[in-house]
Amino acid sequence: MAGASSWRQAGVGLVVPAVLIALWQASAMLGWVNPQVLPSPVAVVAKWVEYLLPLMPHDPATQSWLAWAFSGELIIDSIGSLYRVVVGFLIGAGLALPLGLAMGASQRVYDWFNVLIQMVRPIPPIAYIPLSMLWFGLGNPPAIFLIVLGAFFPVLMNTIAGVRQVDGIYLRAARNLGASGSTMFLRVILPAAVPYILSGVRIGIGTAFIVVIVAEMVAVNNGLGFRILEAREYFWSDKIIAGMISIGLIGLAIDVGMNKLNNHLLRWHRGLEN
Amino acid sequence: MSAAHIVISNVGKVFKTAERDVVALQDINLEIPQGQFVCLLGPSGCGKSTLLNAVAGFAPPTSGNIVADGQVVTAPGPERGMVFQEYALFPWMTVADNIGFGLEIKGMAKPEIAAVVDKLLKMLSLQDFRNRFPKDLSGGMRQRVAIARVLALDSPIMLMDEPFGALDALTRRNLQDELLRIWAELKKTIIFVTHSIEEAIYLADRIVVMTYRPGTVKRDIIVDLPRLRDPASAEFNALKRELGQLVMEEQQRHHNDELRMAAVD
Repeated sequence: MAGASSWRQAGVGLVVPAVLIALWQASAMLGWVNPQVLPSPVAVVAKWVEYLLPLMPHDPATQSWLAWAFSGELIIDSIGSLYRVVVGFLIGAGLALPLGLAMGASQRVYDWFNVLIQMVRPIPPIAYIPLSMLWFGLGNPPAIFLIVLGAFFPVLMNTIAGVRQVDGIYLRAARNLGASGSTMFLRVILPAAVPYILSGVRIGIGTAFIVVIVAEMVAVNNGLGFRILEAREYFWSDKIIAGMISIGLIGLAIDVGMNKLNNHLLRWHRGLEN
Repeated sequence: MSAAHIVISNVGKVFKTAERDVVALQDINLEIPQGQFVCLLGPSGCGKSTLLNAVAGFAPPTSGNIVADGQVVTAPGPERGMVFQEYALFPWMTVADNIGFGLEIKGMAKPEIAAVVDKLLKMLSLQDFRNRFPKDLSGGMRQRVAIARVLALDSPIMLMDEPFGALDALTRRNLQDELLRIWAELKKTIIFVTHSIEEAIYLADRIVVMTYRPGTVKRDIIVDLPRLRDPASAEFNALKRELGQLVMEEQQRHHNDELRMAAVD
């Protein structure tokens, strides 16, 4: 029952994209637009497949089959981008979480850091690009630095809010049961703050993904962001769009994964009955 | 009767607000013997929950003191387990983890906690809910878990703040009977706050009727009807009439006060 209706929902959701793609293809076939400006969807898909597949024919002497299958440019680029996102996000969130917990739990820590954070927070990570290149040169380090910044603030702000909004009734009940100190923090305050923290994590990953593309356009010579900028220089508009589609697909995959993680960690949460 | 288990001496509580001081409790003196089931009865604003919170240690009195089980109350603790009207179960813990949490804090070993939890699940007919989360439980079931959580502490005193106030009438009666059964078995000293006259008569050994601001003891009545009590009986209804009059006098004062406050604003 639920399965059938979710298939129907998915089917309904595909109608508008299908119509748009059909229109796009028609305008390309009828010659309404210059293919240099907007290549046809078929050309984009062909380019995407070419981008995905290995450049060289398989040579069993030098390379295992698996390594060959993953030697396509798109796969190398995607792994590069994802690596930077994951490392940057883990560092950023790893710094933000303890600070956020401390700031949420202690007014004194909050007072110490709040002014600084409120002043730094509005500066978009992109604005750090020149500094990041001065400090870290080219390649992964400046990109990861920017992603750390992008992931840090959403996780921090939501963690603070999450700890501060913990319902007093839980604290009272826990004190009544004899909880204090680290037990109170780890078993009551932290889990109660998890819904907020997770929504911060989600925003943080989204920001990290935006930042990685920009960082690669400027400071790195591989990755999806680098590739679509490179394609522009050669006027390969089909490859630009193929790269953009790849970014979209990876973003979607990350979101689906986050959703699954959310549902698992918050299986106790009232808003998520299914 | 054994020596008093809870001694409330000259307790007063003043809440200071920007405009004025509200005297929530004034000169309360109560001696509660071991194993007695006491109901604090009165309209909202009579300070019955304030008094309970003082006994629990959440909000100490501004004057006087409270001695429970030989100790002056200064902070909340597991020797005075509390059941809240809002259940206050930890939604991220399963039923079993909620019940065992107090023992976990005490540092009890896992197998022993599991044994206690098993016993309590059985006592409160919760066996089938062991691994559920609170969100999957009805209000009545949640309150059973909250009672089990306090019973797990094995404290001699149990405090209950309108625990059945949010339940429908049938579930409420059902839980009242369960509570009486458990109380008869475990001989806890219970202070139970309610604004329901019938609930107080149905449950209590002793009913303390409180006045509306300042909260004082208006009447202290021993109920010696045999249990289970029949709410339709003549004695039950005579008592209900008498208490009804006392409570409604205070309710009227509460109401007049609200009108007066509204006029001032």
